[in-house]
Amino acid sequence: MSFNPVIQPQEAADLLPAGLAPALPARQSRRDVRADPLWLRWVLTGIALSFLTVFIVVPLVNVFSQAFVKGFTAYVGAIRHPDALAAIRLTIIAAFVAVLLNVVFGTITAWAITKYKFRGKSILISLVDLPFSVSPVISGLVCVLLFGAHGCFGPWLQENDVKIVFAVPGIILATVFVTFPFVARELIPLMREQGTQDEEAAISLGASGLRTFFRVTLPNIKWALLYGVLLTNARAMGEFGAVSVVSGHIRGETNTMPLHIEILYNEYQFMAAFAVASLLALLALVTLVAKAVLEKRIARAAR
Amino acid sequence: MAGGIAVLRRQPSVIPGFGITLGVSLTWLSLIILIPLAALFLKTTELSFERFIMIVTSARTLHALELSFGLALAAAATNLVFGLIVVWVLVRYDFPGRRVFDAVIDIPFALPTAVAGIALTNLYAENGWIGGLLAPLGIKVSFTQLGIFVALVFIGLPFVVRTVQPVLQDFEGDLEEVAATLGASRWMTIRRVIFPTLVPALLTGFALAFARAVGEYGSVIFIAGNLPNVSEIAPLLIIIRLEEFRYADATAIAAVMLVASFILLLIVNLLQRWSERRAGKR
Repeated sequence: MSFNPVIQPQEAADLLPAGLAPALPARQSRRDVRADPLWLRWVLTGIALSFLTVFIVVPLVNVFSQAFVKGFTAYVGAIRHPDALAAIRLTIIAAFVAVLLNVVFGTITAWAITKYKFRGKSILISLVDLPFSVSPVISGLVCVLLFGAHGCFGPWLQENDVKIVFAVPGIILATVFVTFPFVARELIPLMREQGTQDEEAAISLGASGLRTFFRVTLPNIKWALLYGVLLTNARAMGEFGAVSVVSGHIRGETNTMPLHIEILYNEYQFMAAFAVASLLALLALVTLVAKAVLEKRIARAAR
Repeated sequence: MAGGIAVLRRQPSVIPGFGITLGVSLTWLSLIILIPLAALFLKTTELSFERFIMIVTSARTLHALELSFGLALAAAATNLVFGLIVVWVLVRYDFPGRRVFDAVIDIPFALPTAVAGIALTNLYAENGWIGGLLAPLGIKVSFTQLGIFVALVFIGLPFVVRTVQPVLQDFEGDLEEVAATLGASRWMTIRRVIFPTLVPALLTGFALAFARAVGEYGSVIFIAGNLPNVSEIAPLLIIIRLEEFRYADATAIAAVMLVASFILLLIVNLLQRWSERRAGKR
């Protein structure tokens, strides 16, 4: 007789109705393999959260706390100062132009890279990423080297009375350079994943190239495009190093918000500096919330 | 189709617009990125070799370059260690506020550098929230090299976390279980199974954080104090030379930094190709 009265856990699972099966020892030991001991969980969580709190959360809280250190009226006064308002206006203009140009050219570049097969594509992708690895100060410097008084086009620009460096066009140019990768970088992985079948179907049904783009491709990529706009805008409004080199720091004329913050801070007007800074910090927070919402939509679009 | 583009030899496609879109892309990239950077190197070639070497090896320049590269390395290494811990905790553990802390990682990406700069300076000043705690211990952060380090850690963290996090998330628990079943201890499983999977991502994150920190300007200059030969970073020295109309000096320093960041970019690309190959094998 080979009757075995001891029922193994796995056999027990087979005997039980399906819904009751999970609470088994075998299953639990599987989970134990991957679980860290409790003390280690506490230590690692403690280290990670302290690190994030000290290095990221506290500085952010500090911005808002310093901005309101003299009360709400002083805060509003600092923001409504004519120089601050001029800086805000210029920042919005520069960011708007940078976003516009980068949306158009970023989308075209992403389209060329993802919808066709050609040699040298990886070089093109590296070129798109290049501004990310260049110091913002160097981005500003090349602008001065090209368009400054002693630059390549300097004499010609002076003759024709065109001002680029130490003027608004220079600020816009530096911003465009620094923010170029964002739109293309967001679009390329998604468009690659989506492939070319939709477009090929549209074309073979007789749609023109442009019509295909606006009616087929654009709806597929709209959330990623918006995400790229969001990141471009955040970076454009906050850009400091590149803009600092080309702006010339003329108050009320060529100062963007980050440059205005620098001037106020160096003049020991700390509260006013933090008040303007709090606007940019708020923009960063709004950007992050919008980003979280968009990421979900993009994940859905990729599927 | 334009002759220059035909050289790229595309494979046939039914989608129209190859010539025009690639042409526009190449023109725009050339105007905005390629020509400006080429101009920088062209300016450098106007210098004689001896002059170039003299500028780059002058005590002040050398110190600024050493400071930027050295502290960037230290900050990236710090972020590598703490970034890995943060990733592990965020991916493997569940605790109240996990999603908030996960979102917080992106703040250094989104917060303008000038804002981060004044906030950190204020915090670590002797009467600041953190500086006030450190002052009795004799630790001075604002206006020292330590301050620069703190700023570089701040801006570099998301690079490590956001590169490593998806890899650990995709890592299949089965492998860990197999290792345990075969008798490996927990430590051995981590060292021999999990860690090797993360290495390419860790190195990529490290290189990205390093590259960003080397060129960082906004968040550093407020906290650095900017004393020549003590706490003056290379990007600041470029600006100082530019303001003194010493264009040659500014260009030479920029060229050195640019070459360094190209090399870093190349390393990142090779690392990514390596990790893709490894992922393909499995």
